[in-house]
Amino acid sequence: MMKRTSYPYLAWILIFTIVPLFLVLYFAFTTGDSQNFSTFIFSLDNFKKFFTPIYINVLIKSINLALVSTILCLIIGYPIAYIISREKPKKRNAMILMFVIPMWMNFLLRTYAWVTLLGRNGLINTFVTKLGFPALDLMFNEKAVLLGMVYNFLPFMVLPIYSVLTKIDKSLLEASEDLGANLMTTFRRVIFPLSLPGVITGITMVFIPAMSTFVISSLLGGNKSNLIGNLIEQQFRWTGDWHFGSSMSIILMIFILITMALTSRFDKEKEGRGRGLW
Amino acid sequence: MKNTKVIVLILLISMLAVFAMGCGDDRPVINVYNWGDYIDSDVIKEFEDEFGIKVNYSMYETNEDMYIKLKQGGSSYDVVIPSDYMIERMINEDMLLKLDMNNIPNMEKVDEDLLYADYDPTNEYSVPYMWGTVGILYNTTMVDETVDSWDILWDEKYADQIIMLNSQRDSLAVALKRLGYSMNTRDVAQLEEARDILIDQKPLVYAYLGDQVKDTMIAGEAALAVVYSGDAVYMIRENPDLAYALPKEGFNLWYDSMVIPSSAKNKEGAEAFINFMTRPDIAAKNTDYIGYSSPIPEAIEMLPDDLKNSDVAYPDSDLIQNTEVFKDPADIVDVYDRIWTELNSH
Repeated sequence: MMKRTSYPYLAWILIFTIVPLFLVLYFAFTTGDSQNFSTFIFSLDNFKKFFTPIYINVLIKSINLALVSTILCLIIGYPIAYIISREKPKKRNAMILMFVIPMWMNFLLRTYAWVTLLGRNGLINTFVTKLGFPALDLMFNEKAVLLGMVYNFLPFMVLPIYSVLTKIDKSLLEASEDLGANLMTTFRRVIFPLSLPGVITGITMVFIPAMSTFVISSLLGGNKSNLIGNLIEQQFRWTGDWHFGSSMSIILMIFILITMALTSRFDKEKEGRGRGLW
Repeated sequence: MKNTKVIVLILLISMLAVFAMGCGDDRPVINVYNWGDYIDSDVIKEFEDEFGIKVNYSMYETNEDMYIKLKQGGSSYDVVIPSDYMIERMINEDMLLKLDMNNIPNMEKVDEDLLYADYDPTNEYSVPYMWGTVGILYNTTMVDETVDSWDILWDEKYADQIIMLNSQRDSLAVALKRLGYSMNTRDVAQLEEARDILIDQKPLVYAYLGDQVKDTMIAGEAALAVVYSGDAVYMIRENPDLAYALPKEGFNLWYDSMVIPSSAKNKEGAEAFINFMTRPDIAAKNTDYIGYSSPIPEAIEMLPDDLKNSDVAYPDSDLIQNTEVFKDPADIVDVYDRIWTELNSH
């Protein structure tokens, strides 16, 4: 029996998740004048159009970039989460707060700040040339996009790992030490496996936005090489072909679902007890 | 518990106050929909005070954004300020109302050369708001040759120093003009040839930018950029090292004009607003603020000297040759889209 208190939430999900999702599906499998429902006819043309080399290449590039930024976030984020989790509660809360405070600021604003930092005559290059080195080419390339992604999404990796690490029962670590394991072995055999649910959550939370971003590649990449997010934006905002835009969104969603399925399977195999965060 | 009650009470009272204020304001309303950063907000205030009409002002970023919003319905606007080719499309699709010129006597202040343009041949639907050109902005400390041709944007000397517009039509227009074709060509072979030279150019391009070009050029981070004349005026004001040139192969001449969409609820208010914006003193004030070129000669006379005598905003008539105004691509939008994607994904 559904509790009555859950009805408002069900209504919310219906209006803001289910209905829009069906609209996207409906648009994806039809063609016609996007602004006129009566012209819609069922068609698979949008998908046929997508599975041509240009669009596939963009998709592959987006997946690659999202993967690299996820891996970088993990490499940078795990040690941060680990170090913070080893601190005393008071200090560690302060440190996590420091990590979260920048997120209170608008995402667009933070990305735009990098534009002034990385520019040819930006803050970093002014400093570099003052020291007598030649100016660096930091802006409008793939590295700048990657930097923007890692910077923006790093907290989504650190927070779940941190929250799992702090919940690990200290007596397990003591037991491991009692049984003769050194620090490295304890980490490898006890801490890391127990923190996997956090790692998995972190990977999904970084990979999904990295895969679909269009603002970062536009602001820091100078629109030189589009990601799948940019192509979707282009369909909705310039070309006005909502059908093709929707079908690309569906394809993107399928890829995200596949990654989530893969990671959650990995999660269950390793853990078996379903201690994931969500 | 007591606290929550107090908070709820305060919230209720403030909500009531907001409603009361809303009710108190029974002035007629017009909804104005314009490009971002494209009006002096003092002018809106003056209109409200003078006519007792409240202006709900909202903004869009591209013609296409605006078109989709209007086409969808659901929202009603009384005055919109689209560009030439978009006005052509909206007239063709019956989305605009004919203006009652008796309510817009200031129409006679508008430069006659700018009326009866191709997008509105009978001049029944639109009143010019601003106009301008698309040319090359260059930094004189980095470019010491004469800039008079689109060819310079393909010169390897300036590798990584060139900024193109992140706009399908504007970038393709540059390439088409360089090849000697019309920027309104409907010949797919010509469009693909234009795409090919843009692909050749790509390794030299620093970035494809929209409004971001302003900060980048003012900071002196690139040598050459394709820009709108109005933005050029602003950038040169901020950084005097910059200069603007109109290429000899020809370039785009554009208009942004005020129109009334068929969903308008207050047509008379809208016409009053259009008439007000066309009044020379108001047009001068507005033009001084945004820096674009006014279509009203009397207003130009009232501008400060640097703007009035600007070759960028008001080029000599012998420079305004070989120009083309965009026409609605209509059914070949998908060709533009494909070509642009091919360039971007290359």
